[in-house]
Amino acid sequence: MSALFTQETQAIFWNLNTSAIQRMLDYDYTINRSKPSVAAIVAPTSNNKFEKFFYGADEIMVPVFRNTADAAHAYPQADILLNFASFRTAYEVSMEAIGIKGQFRMIMVTAEGIPERLARKMNQAGRDAGVVIIGPATVGGIAPGAFKIANIGGTIENIIASKLHRAGSCGLVTRSGGLFNELGNIIAMHADGIAEGIAIGGDRFVGSVFIDNLLRMEDNPHVKYLVLLGEVGGLEEYKVIEAVKSGRIKKPVIAWCIGTIAKYFSSGVQFGHAGASANADAETAGAKNKAMAEAGLHVPASFNDLPHTIARVYTMLCEQGVIEKIVEPELRSIPKIRRGKEFICTISDDRGDEATYAGYPISSVATPETGFGIGDVIALLWFKKRYPKWATDYLETVIKTVADHGPAVSGAHNAKVTARAGKDVISALVSGLLTIGPRFGGAIDDAARYFKYANDRGMSPDEFLEYMKKEGKTISGIGHRVKSVRNPDLRVSGLKQYARAHFPKTPLLEFALEVEKITTSKKDNLILNVDGTIGVLMVDMWRSLGYSEDEIDTFIETGTLNALFVVGRSIGFIGHILDEKRLGMPMYRHPTDDILYNVTLADEL
Amino acid sequence: MAQRGICEYDGKAIFSKHWGKYFSGFHYGFRSVSVSSGDELRAKANDHGFEWLKQVPLVAKPDMLFGKRGKNNLVLYKTKKAGDVTLEDAAAWIDEKISYKTILLSGQKGTLNRFIVEPFTPHREDQEYYISATTVGEDDVLYLSAEGGMEVEEGWEKKVNEVIIPIMMDEANISHLIRANVPEGIPAENKERFITFAEQFYTFYRDMNFAYLEINPIVMIGNDMHILDLVARLDDTAGFMMKDAWCEAAFPTAFGMEDQSVEEKAIAEADAKSGASLKLTILNPMGRIWTMVAGGGASVVYADTIADLSGNVSDLANYGEYSGGPTTDETRFYAETVLDLMTRHKDPKGRDKILIIGGAIANFTDVAKTFTGIIQALEVYADKMKAIGTRIYVRRGGPNYEKGLKEIKEAADRLGLYIEVYGPQTHITDIVRMALEH
Repeated sequence: MSALFTQETQAIFWNLNTSAIQRMLDYDYTINRSKPSVAAIVAPTSNNKFEKFFYGADEIMVPVFRNTADAAHAYPQADILLNFASFRTAYEVSMEAIGIKGQFRMIMVTAEGIPERLARKMNQAGRDAGVVIIGPATVGGIAPGAFKIANIGGTIENIIASKLHRAGSCGLVTRSGGLFNELGNIIAMHADGIAEGIAIGGDRFVGSVFIDNLLRMEDNPHVKYLVLLGEVGGLEEYKVIEAVKSGRIKKPVIAWCIGTIAKYFSSGVQFGHAGASANADAETAGAKNKAMAEAGLHVPASFNDLPHTIARVYTMLCEQGVIEKIVEPELRSIPKIRRGKEFICTISDDRGDEATYAGYPISSVATPETGFGIGDVIALLWFKKRYPKWATDYLETVIKTVADHGPAVSGAHNAKVTARAGKDVISALVSGLLTIGPRFGGAIDDAARYFKYANDRGMSPDEFLEYMKKEGKTISGIGHRVKSVRNPDLRVSGLKQYARAHFPKTPLLEFALEVEKITTSKKDNLILNVDGTIGVLMVDMWRSLGYSEDEIDTFIETGTLNALFVVGRSIGFIGHILDEKRLGMPMYRHPTDDILYNVTLADEL
Repeated sequence: MAQRGICEYDGKAIFSKHWGKYFSGFHYGFRSVSVSSGDELRAKANDHGFEWLKQVPLVAKPDMLFGKRGKNNLVLYKTKKAGDVTLEDAAAWIDEKISYKTILLSGQKGTLNRFIVEPFTPHREDQEYYISATTVGEDDVLYLSAEGGMEVEEGWEKKVNEVIIPIMMDEANISHLIRANVPEGIPAENKERFITFAEQFYTFYRDMNFAYLEINPIVMIGNDMHILDLVARLDDTAGFMMKDAWCEAAFPTAFGMEDQSVEEKAIAEADAKSGASLKLTILNPMGRIWTMVAGGGASVVYADTIADLSGNVSDLANYGEYSGGPTTDETRFYAETVLDLMTRHKDPKGRDKILIIGGAIANFTDVAKTFTGIIQALEVYADKMKAIGTRIYVRRGGPNYEKGLKEIKEAADRLGLYIEVYGPQTHITDIVRMALEH
């Protein structure tokens, strides 16, 4: 693999640096990339699931994860990590990323001033694992027309002015990030721009050095000549000289080391970066420039002459036919004024000819011959997925099972009382629905939550019961007013039977039944009730569908199970309300003889 | 941010603080004082715990980051014969040394002002060894020799064993490698001790984030270790992890470097407080060309070009840079400091001073914002600048550069200052040529 980046390259961006990420997406839009260059963001302290960014005039959502492992798991194709952690944490972030096998092939580290020993370890760990480390202390790199790291190249205006929006023919390597832009500009003005450029970083110990990048560029057929901007200090330029002498590098190399000033001053003045200080004569900029010129590299007389040297080599290569004229590509321009959207919708869209449910036109799901049932519609609108038939059948089974439980339960009672007070269907329904909560209908949520909690942590049924006792909590989903082992709840029997026959697996149900064995041995009516059965089977359904535990936890926390109960029971409530309306029952007033009055005269304070 | 030298006294204090943890089996009696005058030494001798200053023969030497103190005849260990230096001898010697400028054999010149005073350690030459550690390329290197003192540096190749330790090497292999490379000249009685100490020394060097650590000589008398002479540099980027471990060691300026000026110190303090980077070094206060350059790399390129094109490096008055998105206030302060220095002296030959406001094409620094700070400074110093004669050359690119250039041009015109402004279409250092060819 000779090119470091392609149009397909995607990165995970560590740290929520919104302006840098926006610049990457602006670049992507400008050059017509088919997908954004940032696949995901890692922000350990963020509570958000995504962040919105502009993509042209529109907005897109970039997912946010709390740690690199989760982001990598979700985006296995994102093989670049842009490590924007501070100098305090950058080392750990890199080491964790290197440890994720087979994920990253390049890590770019921006922090300046990582402790040297940690930087050396990080760089070595990268080398050992075959991960290219760019930096630390760098603005990164760019493959014009394909992929741009964070802020490199500066504003989009400068990028276009410096022709960094499309591939040229120069391979550029610098230490400094500020001068990288400058060189990009010089090369655009005096040649045809760059094919790939890397700023290796200013710290003393950096992962990839000049020669690593130049060798890759030598092997990249799109690169026709190389520009190296070195610096006083270190001996890395001599490796390049060796490669030129040995013929490993055949493409013309234009090179200059900055810091010729240092020879005039004693060691006390630090010119430029931490890596920039000459400990021996060979490390001075003057000595390196001389050695590079002697080895046949194109070395200008001074930095001020560098543009002319570039122009000369470029013209020569054009005349030789090595470099051909570039056809300038079409660009998309970023609108000057962009406004963020207040609302986001990810489930349905009414902008086209026909409104859609998760991409399915309503007509394609509505009528019986479409094969879609209400369970399919719920899967589309609630989960944005097509569920298999066994799962949609289960959702429908749940709705049918919970649709009603007679007039005496508190929700139905409230609905009936409200209807008899002369209120409309909606008011009466809402009064019933408002009764649903921890004591009425809420057991499904809690059963799923607690049984899953215990099962996730590998608790045995005994340990689970012990745990619940210690927490002072009753076990939701266990116990029935009249039903018992000998007088089983047939709704429960039906659900179990269906699940065992059609679910790929039912581990949480089996766990709950183990728990039931213990509770019923204590008291006959402590059976797994219908709420408990629905709850644990929902978890088993999602597990079988391939959801992660985190995703299932999120379903539970956001009230998805409760919502299923609300949908089902609304059918029953409406039935009771219509029943009241038909019967024309009068206003209900509770008989006073059914109330214990115990009122004393209020004390005066 | 780099590798920085610390005083011998601080280095020994770090050893002492961690001795028990790292050097089990050996004893080190940390008895050193750090003083800047004879009186301070005399006073110290009356402090509890420092009675030994009056009781044992002493050694005194400057503690100012330079080496070869013996060769420079700057180690007081005898008046008539070795080991006869009393407290009063040492105090009088220190007072003498601080009273005049000292020129080292290297040519460095300055006033001595910090000394380390310790007990004299009588020992045989065969108890003196050499040990040091540093980083070469990507590896750690441990240097071991059976000969310590001044002699080791003569015939270094023959006398010193190099142990190259890759960064990822595990403890067992390090131990094996050190054992295999123990200098032959170590007497049998001390060989095992030396090996153990060398392993401990390396671990200590590594864990304490030293960039360089040398004991020359280390004197081994039984299990008693005497660190007679120590040179240490720390990797100051590790400072955030090592705050307590480093005993609050200071990073003094090298001997012979003039102490930082008030202005340089003020900029260094502003730099320490800011998320941005602000650097200033005065090279020649009388210099003709002053620079105010954004960016670390660009600042070097301007300095290079001024030296190349002016043909006279003493024309260059200062070196420095501001970068990393400084605020308007920070830039104003930086600019005022430079302008203040620039307008103190007229050019002796009566030429205009040249102010280079340079920079590359910024990645993310808002050029207009930083230029606002520079404009504010120009407003304050315009009269003084006109009084000494000043030409300003500006070159910059990056976010909002058009606005920045337009505003600084308007401000200079309004203030009656000579100015030329250029954007990214002009080569970064070409303004130096223009200024000099004017």
